[in-house]
Amino acid sequence: MAGIGGAETTGKKVGWGLLNAVVVIYALFPVLWIVSLSFKSSATLADGNFIPREWSLENYQNIFSTSEFTRALINSIGIAIIATAIAVVFGTMAAYAIARLDFPGKNLLVGVSLLIAMFPQVSLVSPLFEIERSLGLFDTWPGLILPYITFALPLAIYTLSAFFREIPWELEKAAKMDGATPGQAFRRVIAPLAAPGVFTTAILVFIFCWNDFLFAISLTSTEQSRTVPVALSFFTGSSQFEDPAGSIAAAAVVITIPIILFVLFFQRRIVAGLTSGAVKG
Amino acid sequence: MSQTTAEKTGTAPEEPVAPKKKVALSEGKRAERRLGWLLCAPAAITMVAVTGWPILYSILLSMQRFDLKFPDRTEWIWFDNYVTVLSNPYWWNAVWVTVLLTVVTVAIELVLGMALALIMHRALVGRGIVRTTTLIPYGIVTVVAAFSWRFAWTPGTGYLAEALGGEPVLTEKIPALMVVGLAEIWKTTPFMALLLMAGLALVPDDLLKAAAMDGASAWQRFIKITVPIMKPAILVALLFRTLDAFRIFDNLFVLTAGSQGTSSVSMLTYNNLIKGLNLGIGSTMSVLIFIMVAIIAFVFIKLFGTAAPGSDDGGKR
Repeated sequence: MAGIGGAETTGKKVGWGLLNAVVVIYALFPVLWIVSLSFKSSATLADGNFIPREWSLENYQNIFSTSEFTRALINSIGIAIIATAIAVVFGTMAAYAIARLDFPGKNLLVGVSLLIAMFPQVSLVSPLFEIERSLGLFDTWPGLILPYITFALPLAIYTLSAFFREIPWELEKAAKMDGATPGQAFRRVIAPLAAPGVFTTAILVFIFCWNDFLFAISLTSTEQSRTVPVALSFFTGSSQFEDPAGSIAAAAVVITIPIILFVLFFQRRIVAGLTSGAVKG
Repeated sequence: MSQTTAEKTGTAPEEPVAPKKKVALSEGKRAERRLGWLLCAPAAITMVAVTGWPILYSILLSMQRFDLKFPDRTEWIWFDNYVTVLSNPYWWNAVWVTVLLTVVTVAIELVLGMALALIMHRALVGRGIVRTTTLIPYGIVTVVAAFSWRFAWTPGTGYLAEALGGEPVLTEKIPALMVVGLAEIWKTTPFMALLLMAGLALVPDDLLKAAAMDGASAWQRFIKITVPIMKPAILVALLFRTLDAFRIFDNLFVLTAGSQGTSSVSMLTYNNLIKGLNLGIGSTMSVLIFIMVAIIAFVFIKLFGTAAPGSDDGGKR
């Protein structure tokens, strides 16, 4: 009898193992394919094999030998970090107010950020293109940072206010009882407790900025502020490399590494952050 | 609750009977308001500055003949741009392509995402591995994933093209759209699954066990218990995904660049605006897309009722 039960659980475990394997293969094979492509030598690039017949680093040497990619990488990192920092600071302040304070106009702010979250980004591209050209912001870092902050803010505000609702607020009351102003209670007591939520939000916002393509391709025109996704799409047309596929694959792998690292280290937090804003019990 | 506190601690002695009339706020209450506005100001100002004026400006632009190639021929033409766009077969083709891609991909994502959510929720072994790997499609840059698919389908280079006999799939409308749909589904199903998983967590295990005791099959339990409880989560996931799918751009740009009539509305707007430098027509399309998205959002919010995200302000006190 014990044997039957044991067999059943083993059977179940094998079943789950198979299901898991299907999911893992589903999620990984396009990634593995581009990694494989990036390690193919130029001679074997077009052989259609999933696994390289000849491993080589020449694609990586190629992309790092020109400023086309390295400059784009610097732009991507710089723009994403600055936009993330500003969006998270503004978002934290607003989310604290929404979660904790009572003031007129709060629902308006929530409504506006919901509207922006749903907003078709392409509808902003036409006016921003013209406005940024007249303000001299076109093809500059701030020209991209501004729309990124704007579209990251709803995400930040939702995720953070969901996190802030979970914090034990009695501590804040205790701090106020001891004579702290609301501002002091925020800085000294709540901010340290909120740090994990803020950190998660920062990761989500960074991924959003890192991922953007539409603004980046519409509001830039030169190497000066082009980000990597855009630079990648330009490798194809006018490239000095023999076959752009190898270079594109190598560059793609380089910009995928930070995301994979985030996901590996902060899986739990990212899942919590993505789901907290969506469903409130 | 807070209102009554304000009235009590407010200037009660001076105005003993002031019903309905706004009572002067206590010092603490006023400080709280000030702090609230102060904390929200940077976020609110940024969002309004970057979206508010541009939205108005795009409406103004859409009523002008404004082509950067011929800047001196700029003039007010009111609704002529709308007539031009709405009588253009390319526009309608793009609208149908976008609607078709949105409906088909979101429907498939819902089914796959639900399956994935159930796997992640119930997995006996390897839950961590599954959750971690499913986050990779979510996190990866869309353009990167799109290139992976493009190379996979390129005859000669790609394993998928080779497996199907080297037919060039990306040069014909229907096969190309199927590849674009596939790329979309691959990329966004995990996001759908995560949102649904949050809803699954709300379904009480005891209820499912009780139903199983009473002889309900797994399918009955899913349809009669799990889905009704999850309804708000499903609607949120559908709303987010539908609006996001409607903006499809990155995958199309890399996979087909809108050739062979595969343009979405975003792709067509981009081509008119950045490639064609026609601000008037581009802005007209922007406004039309905005109206379509507003209609979709309105329909969903009608369906949501009170479950709309943001309408909940519980837990603030």
